[in-house]
Amino acid sequence: MDLLIDTLQQLFSPLTAAFAIAAIGLNVHFGLTGLLNMGHAGFMLIGAYGYAIATIQGAPIWLAVIISLAGAGLFALLLGWPTLKLRGDYLAIVTIAAAEMVRLVGRTQALEPWTGASTGITGKEYKEPFEATSPFPERLIPVGPFELHGTASSSWWLTLVSWSVVALLIVLYWLLQRSPWGRVLRGIREDEDAVRSLGKNVYSFKMQALVLGGMIGALGGVSYALGAQVHPDSMGRPTTFLIWTLLLLGGAASVFGPALGSMLFLATQFLVKGVLDVFVPDDIVSAPQAETISLAFVGITLMLLIIFRPQGILGKRRELAING
Amino acid sequence: MAKKRSNAPAVHPAFADVPHEPGAPKPDPVVVAHGILRKFGGLTAVDVDHLEIQRNAITALIGPNGAGKSTLFNLLTGFDRPQNGAWEFNGHSLSSRSPAQVARAGMVRTFQLTKALSRMTVLENMRLGAAGQRGENIFAALLQPLWGAQEEAHTERALALLERFKLLEKKDDYAGELSGGQRKLLEMARALMSEPEIVMLDEPMAGVNPALTESLLDHIVQLRDEGVTVLFVEHDMHMVRRISDWVVVMAEGRIIAEGPPHSVMSNPAVQDAYLGAHHDTDLSEGQ
Ligand SMILES: Nc1ncnc2c1ncn2[C@@H]1O[C@H](COP(=O)(O)OP(=O)(O)OP(=O)(O)O)[C@@H](O)[C@H]1O
Ligand SMILES: [Mg+2]
Repeated sequence: MDLLIDTLQQLFSPLTAAFAIAAIGLNVHFGLTGLLNMGHAGFMLIGAYGYAIATIQGAPIWLAVIISLAGAGLFALLLGWPTLKLRGDYLAIVTIAAAEMVRLVGRTQALEPWTGASTGITGKEYKEPFEATSPFPERLIPVGPFELHGTASSSWWLTLVSWSVVALLIVLYWLLQRSPWGRVLRGIREDEDAVRSLGKNVYSFKMQALVLGGMIGALGGVSYALGAQVHPDSMGRPTTFLIWTLLLLGGAASVFGPALGSMLFLATQFLVKGVLDVFVPDDIVSAPQAETISLAFVGITLMLLIIFRPQGILGKRRELAING
Repeated sequence: MAKKRSNAPAVHPAFADVPHEPGAPKPDPVVVAHGILRKFGGLTAVDVDHLEIQRNAITALIGPNGAGKSTLFNLLTGFDRPQNGAWEFNGHSLSSRSPAQVARAGMVRTFQLTKALSRMTVLENMRLGAAGQRGENIFAALLQPLWGAQEEAHTERALALLERFKLLEKKDDYAGELSGGQRKLLEMARALMSEPEIVMLDEPMAGVNPALTESLLDHIVQLRDEGVTVLFVEHDMHMVRRISDWVVVMAEGRIIAEGPPHSVMSNPAVQDAYLGAHHDTDLSEGQ
């Protein structure tokens, strides 16, 4: 019973919101524009570092958020500048490498005073200003069967704020994808040369999409950091693949897909791990093994999706049936 | 199959004094190209000494397969870069301009292998073609009132064009669900959305059924009468004779002949290029 409640709680946890935000960013890249960003975790990590380091240096929340957005925007410009003129595969390769570089730079001992090197930055070093804005009492607050702290870390306050951000970004995505701007991006996804022949500056539009999606990814990183900690190794390639899974599960190019995919997948993953923990004896599957199995679950889901429902839950089958 | 016979060949007045020879100067050229050379490795795909396209006329570019017609289109519209050469559009150099800049300048082309945007509806394909859309700015995109009226006007024009191209019932279908001929039509209609000054059509009628071809030919003539310049590549000699005011013949990358449609095919160089030794075959009966 506890497991069930915990699973339900996972559906709307701040962590789920953080991944939903990141997946919306990837949806701008891939779903809308067809950009193969294989290093989305790198944008999240830049966002998380930017927010944490700026806060520790004494920046107010709004400035810290702007700094992390600017960091991700700059990163996107750097990645896009050499690659967006080339075929899509180049962006994929460069983003994988660049995201790894962000992680490795974050880990270097030389930057230890800022990034905490491989140990990362613990939450208590930067969460305080955000928690101070909480209107809720500083204690555990039960709501129905769910219980969360009012202000600290993964709190009701963070839940409220991060899901509001998800809602705002869904509205933003919806507004953009129905606009002429979104139409150009969808055209680029289909055939760049056709869009060029109609007088649109494809490079500039792709760059705008890369920057916007990257900034949204950074917001996901900030949101993640506020509920957990900043740790370079928790935002490596597996995180990128997780975000891809969330997006493809929900349905790329759909408005609600990223949020729905995050909720369903993260809750199910939690449930799988919980069931293994609770019902399977430790000498058959130990706790660390359960963790690994729940990660393998990402890969298996991704494979099953591509085989049986490539358009995801909310994607349009009819659209996918068209090739070329 | 009954073929319409063109009546007594009336030479377009603008071409009355134009000599029937490669690179002939035109009274009012909209495009002037000079010394264009494009090699792919050892193969010379395009080697054009001089070419002028008369404004407000229909010029056909013909030639055997592999003559370099599509490559010349790619070069003129910025999709490919020549090793050498310069060309102007309305007196402004277009060399080293990007395809988008060329299109915005008013020179819009279609592709021989159609590029319908498959997972977009026919109507969305059309709307995308419109130029100068305010809603294509990322910030303005968020505020529909800023671009809603313009969008409405574009939609109206799109629907009118779709009607003309017999695609109106298909407007909500995905472009990827259209037949090959319908895609050709869509691409041509989409190119017209931006109200270009010159349209360059690469085999616009390939795969389009003959009944519809007739009405589209009328439409192309009408475009010219409205002031648009048309340059098109076509293998169907019937169509060439029916609508073109002037014909430019390419073979092996070079322009080998120019002239009015009724006489250019009797040029021996053209017969050579098309048929090699088979001089006795009558080209005038189509291919
Ligand atoms: N990208 C390329 N790389 C190498 N060779 C090419 C390339 N594009 C065209 N060519 C060559 O250039 C020559 C001209 O090709 P082009 O497509 O311009 O011919 P075309 O006149 O349009 O022929 P068709 O009537 O068959 O369409 C051909 O010999 C072709 O093989
Ligand atoms: Mg060709």
